Amino acid sequence: MKPALGEIWVYLSTTPLLGLTLTLLAYQGALWLYRRANHHPLLNPVMVAVTVLVLVLTLTGTPYQTYFDGAQFVHFLLGPATVALAIPLYAQWERLKGMLLPLLVTLVAGSLTAALSAVGIAALLGASRESVMSMAPKSVTMPIAMGVAERLGGLPSLTAVLVMSTGILGAVGARYVYLLLRIEDHAVRGFAIGIASHGIGTARAFQVSEQAGAFAALAMGLNGLLTAAMLPWILPWLESLLH
Amino acid sequence: MGTHPHHGNHPNPMIGALTVLLVFQLVGEALARGLGLPIPGPVIGMGLMFAALVLRSGPSAELRGTATGILQHLSLLFIPAGTGVMLHFQRLADEWLPLTVALIASTLLSIAVSALLLRALSRHTPHGEDPQ
Repeated sequence: MKPALGEIWVYLSTTPLLGLTLTLLAYQGALWLYRRANHHPLLNPVMVAVTVLVLVLTLTGTPYQTYFDGAQFVHFLLGPATVALAIPLYAQWERLKGMLLPLLVTLVAGSLTAALSAVGIAALLGASRESVMSMAPKSVTMPIAMGVAERLGGLPSLTAVLVMSTGILGAVGARYVYLLLRIEDHAVRGFAIGIASHGIGTARAFQVSEQAGAFAALAMGLNGLLTAAMLPWILPWLESLLH
Repeated sequence: MGTHPHHGNHPNPMIGALTVLLVFQLVGEALARGLGLPIPGPVIGMGLMFAALVLRSGPSAELRGTATGILQHLSLLFIPAGTGVMLHFQRLADEWLPLTVALIASTLLSIAVSALLLRALSRHTPHGEDPQ
């Protein structure tokens, strides 16, 4: 019955229920596929779910804002989830105290390299200012990255895309860098991937070994804090030097 | 709803843990706005939570359980914002070259710099042991 279906659609498409349910369905489906494919990094669940949602929204002509009216209830949880990152971070506290200095020096150097090389290359190749600012926190876990991008005058939703891409790139590419440079220590491998590609890299490190995963989680948490504290001061200062 | 001064039931542990997370976030947001800090409020909340955990020597079982539950499905929380890519198709089409080159080069470079540096530094202090 076409008219009835049409009426139901008109009603449903205006309630928050649809965006919220679609998000959960897309996530469940993507997670199922990811597990079936043995956690292949190219089938990252965020990427798959986003692709499905963009297709559904585009094909049904639903504006992003209408979708987000429902999906915002999921999005809101990024705040408490960021606070919750303190708990796994605390679990590494004993180990962290033991090798504090080498880890902190590496953290600062790696964090600056991740942000400034991205900003520098993008700017040199002619990206717009908004894109460059959205790119700056790309190596940091998404809830922090989006907050930092907003503070810098970037576009949080563009940052979300860049953060996701960075995570997948790191998860796929790190092993080749380690082979080339003969990096064998799992603590070193984990810490480096955690700095460069946050949670997606950390998930990858946990597949390699428990030790690599723990150091990656530690690097991810610390880099989130450091980047949030550092970038909103450093980038405006660098910009003022250039102009 | 808050009109009764006492309640007979045990509070739900998950609700209790979620309340703790939200309170820390709220304090973080208030500090960020109030002091004009450039750090996002939830990050300040995370720092305060970390400090509280160090002072109290660890989270309660409820808090750890709820945090683990949320963080296990961290990917889900990125989906609404990630779907916002549909607002940026034009920009991505215009700027795909600088964005792609910057992403690939910067990610691999930062992995290499971090790994080489940490390997060099931890050779001097093997496994972080105190040389006493």
